[in-house]
Amino acid sequence: MSTDRMIEGRTGKWETVIGLEVHAQIVSQAKLFSGAATEFGAEPNTQVSPVDAAFPGMLPVINRHCVEQAVKTGLGLDAEINLTSVFDRKNYFYPDLPAGYQISQYLQPVVGHGRVVLDMPDGSAREIAITRLHLEQDAGKSLHDQHPSLTYVDLNRAGVGLMEIVSEPDLRSAEEAGIFLRKLRSLLRYLGTCDGNMDEGSMRCDVNVSVRHPGEPYGTRCEIKNVNSVRYVMQAIEYEARRQVELLEDGGSVVQQTRLFDVGHGVTRPMRSKEEAHDYRYFPDPDLLPLVLDPAWVEGLRVALPELPDVKKARFVSALGLPPDDAAVLVAEQATALFFERVAAGRDAKAAANWVTGDLFAALNRLGIGIEQSPVSPEQLGALIDLIANGTISGRLAKDVFAEMAATGADPAAIVEKKGLRQVTDETAIAAAIDAVLAREADKVAEYQAGRDKLYGFFVGQIMRATQGKANPALVNQLLKQKLIS
Amino acid sequence: MTHSLTALDLAEARDGLTARKFSARELTESYIRAVEGARPLNAFITETPERALTMAEAADQRLARGEGRPLDGIPIAVKDLYCTKGVLTTAGSHILDGFRPPYESTVTEKLWQAGAVMLGKANLDEFAMGSSNTTSWYGPVENPWRKQSERHSGDNRPLVPGGSSGGSAAAVAAHAAVAATGTDTGGSIRQPASYCGIVGLKPSYGRCSRWGVVAYASSLDHPGPMTRTVRDAAIMLRAMAGHDPKDSTSAPVPVPDYEAALTGDIRRLRIGIPHEYRADGMPGEIEVLWQQGAEWLREAGAEPVEISLPHIKYALPAYYIIAPAEASSNLARYDGVRFGLRVEGESLDEMYELTRAAGFGAEVRRRVLIGTYVLSAGYYDAYYLKAQRVRALIAQDFAAAFERVDCLLAPTAPSAAFAIGEQSDDPIAMYLNDVFTVPANLAGLPAISVPAGLSADGLPLGLQVIGRAFDEAGVLRVAEVLETAAQFRHLPAFIAGGRG
Amino acid sequence: MALDRATVAHIASLARIRLAEAELEPLANELSQILNWVEQLNEVDTSAVAPMASVAASRLPMREDRVTDGDSPEAILGNAPRTAPSGGKAGFFAVPKVVE
Repeated sequence: MSTDRMIEGRTGKWETVIGLEVHAQIVSQAKLFSGAATEFGAEPNTQVSPVDAAFPGMLPVINRHCVEQAVKTGLGLDAEINLTSVFDRKNYFYPDLPAGYQISQYLQPVVGHGRVVLDMPDGSAREIAITRLHLEQDAGKSLHDQHPSLTYVDLNRAGVGLMEIVSEPDLRSAEEAGIFLRKLRSLLRYLGTCDGNMDEGSMRCDVNVSVRHPGEPYGTRCEIKNVNSVRYVMQAIEYEARRQVELLEDGGSVVQQTRLFDVGHGVTRPMRSKEEAHDYRYFPDPDLLPLVLDPAWVEGLRVALPELPDVKKARFVSALGLPPDDAAVLVAEQATALFFERVAAGRDAKAAANWVTGDLFAALNRLGIGIEQSPVSPEQLGALIDLIANGTISGRLAKDVFAEMAATGADPAAIVEKKGLRQVTDETAIAAAIDAVLAREADKVAEYQAGRDKLYGFFVGQIMRATQGKANPALVNQLLKQKLIS
Repeated sequence: MTHSLTALDLAEARDGLTARKFSARELTESYIRAVEGARPLNAFITETPERALTMAEAADQRLARGEGRPLDGIPIAVKDLYCTKGVLTTAGSHILDGFRPPYESTVTEKLWQAGAVMLGKANLDEFAMGSSNTTSWYGPVENPWRKQSERHSGDNRPLVPGGSSGGSAAAVAAHAAVAATGTDTGGSIRQPASYCGIVGLKPSYGRCSRWGVVAYASSLDHPGPMTRTVRDAAIMLRAMAGHDPKDSTSAPVPVPDYEAALTGDIRRLRIGIPHEYRADGMPGEIEVLWQQGAEWLREAGAEPVEISLPHIKYALPAYYIIAPAEASSNLARYDGVRFGLRVEGESLDEMYELTRAAGFGAEVRRRVLIGTYVLSAGYYDAYYLKAQRVRALIAQDFAAAFERVDCLLAPTAPSAAFAIGEQSDDPIAMYLNDVFTVPANLAGLPAISVPAGLSADGLPLGLQVIGRAFDEAGVLRVAEVLETAAQFRHLPAFIAGGRG
Repeated sequence: MALDRATVAHIASLARIRLAEAELEPLANELSQILNWVEQLNEVDTSAVAPMASVAASRLPMREDRVTDGDSPEAILGNAPRTAPSGGKAGFFAVPKVVE
């Protein structure tokens, strides 16, 4: 095991052990057990059914699409699909939990063991085991900062479907946790089962952290609840691991507790709830029956899954000849991969990859937008590559054309024409330009012929300037060499 | 004495309306007066006379056009556990003060679609927990029956109507409603029916939708009709029953024409007599009535067969683990936040605790605490899972019995109605009232109580028929034969002796 | 099983029902009586049977993913003891502040 991730303590090295519980909101029109809408950002309490608000006599009915999304996610995680699963009530009191219980799955979740493969920075692959995935209701929102003595409750989110994805405690560093979350988010977006939008709360993370000397049994863990960005997850892990190490090295012991990450101060602190140990009194929800899935239906979902990142990456490497690093970058987001595939179709894949990961990414970063909002379409980028390949324009000038495409959204051919950037391939014209430069620089020519080889580049530069960069470089070389010899 | 319209049972009233012998308005007006007259019984929490008249007038218009619906113009009482849109719905509890549901329960919606008229919301034990209707926030209900003073010197104390559907039973028995809706979780339709001398039917689990019915114990709650005759119950059930996609436990089975099933022919049916249906201290007269019932059925061509339900004595303790457990979770939503009573507190938890302490009565509190305990960490296996296993054994007992017989005959309750206040100190004594009714709830089987005779004190005693799942038709058919044989024509003192 | 006062207090706390000091002892007795009574279930050999959570024999029915409800804040807020407005017909439920 790598010791460079470990914390150096006074009593030796400490290994950080991390397990993550990710709550991923299911992409669906309606909620998990009611017909209210799930869209983000609506006026408070306008997307609430009496079922969500737990009015007397209300009953849950499960949304088939949410079940489908959970199964698809399980398949994408290479996991066991449990054809029979059970919904349980998790009982506790909180104002954003109207029924006083959450419908969840306890002993028999819909998805069992699976895995996520991480692409590590050193090029290796690391497999993180997934313990389970289950379906459960999201709670509403409590706003504690709207009034001095009141908490306001909005139930719009109450009852939205969640997939709780639990990892084994296989992660060993904040960095790994970050890579895991990004990979998981990418996977969910590929599958279309969760939009992974942590800002809007559609993906949230509970982080379990403990420390131990390598080789020893697991230490006591603390759970840091509801962390809503990858960066904060990493910060929280760093802080919490160090906190626990210091505690243990000072002779204390870690108390198992639930903590929050204080974003402002970059620290974790205990939650101030009255009851530390919740007794959730799980029991099967008597308003629901066991969820029984038809194996043929599950198989149908498996067959219809989109090509997932690991498979796509392998195909880019083996069929398209891309280096693994480039392939990894291209598949990290499905939108990027699809963009790339359209550019690369019928063209040199490596060229396509270079343009996408080079100039295109740089432009998107500069504009602060994602590839879905790219001002340059895959077809336009492809057309630019074609212009280089067929010699219409030099690689160097193509970069300028691309910059113009990004700024105006215009087609490359139009820009080339408008700016007169067509590469000069007329030998006569190039020869004339070369003759003019060599005549002007006759003394340097003499020096070159006497042995100063470095002057070659100078001549090329002068010729390119004289032709406004449009001379075909290969032709320049060919003709220049001939003339210098003679 | 009376050609009063309120003396007509449902079938008779229906026929009279169809033949235009009287109008729906006239019928409803009679019942509105009857409801007022029955106020000493405290059978209603909310009376809805104006709405009733509006509904009656609409029924009259349909009847005049010859477009009469199955229950057009029939005035009924609705147990105040059913949510009725815009009308106060209390579940007999202080904690639902002021609650006006923005939705109508599926079952009552079906009844209004069938043309029935709503007289009001009937009183009940709080959250359907009780067998005496003495736990309601709105006060106890009185049974329209009293012990007959010729037979028993001096004891003229008011009696319980049974529970939890005590208000419904009392209203029907006092002719203050033609029929009523009830719910039966441990016997709450059948036992009050037995105490009040009327018919009470608990259908199979899932036969009637629970959507919009305030939940007590989800796997045991059964909405059902309470009526004067078996035929009336058949008519009501047809209107109330049916698959509801809004209730995931609703049975996806078609609803037969129950009235048409009342052929009177039970020849060669085998009637199981479960010999374990006997309770300590059960009066001998109930045993006698039971044997009489078996005899009536034999005379009609059926064959009584002794059978055994070996685990039946454990039904009651199993029920008193499962029902409180489910209730403790179902009642967590009553917290002062979105509806009903709120008692303010310094903190959120204090608000919850004070609201629920003030809002729940003693019996509800008892069951919520028991339920919380049996689900809590360390006890779930020993209590809740154990009880659900016993439940499975009881269901197996019934299944085995139904391989040998077509239905069972048993007493409904181990006694007749008792005096208000007589059992209030001892919860377990109260629970024992349900000993004969609870098994059919655990197994989800249809069961009906039919008034079969009077006790020595002149109080009604019911006999119970229990059938196979979804064989309400068979149960009704056998019940009607019993009813015909029993010729129970007695009326409670409240009606017969002159009303208030 | 005999429940003591502390257990009753704990259960009442889980159930969010305030009990007065004076009620703890009598309730403990009452609840103990009921629990003792239900413990007769231990006489039954249940080793060969699975727990029966529902008599409904069918499998869980599923509904279509369509928006069929909501958009009625008046209906949702109309019975609330205390609300706070947020513009238009929408609004919040209001409860004593929770400190996290």
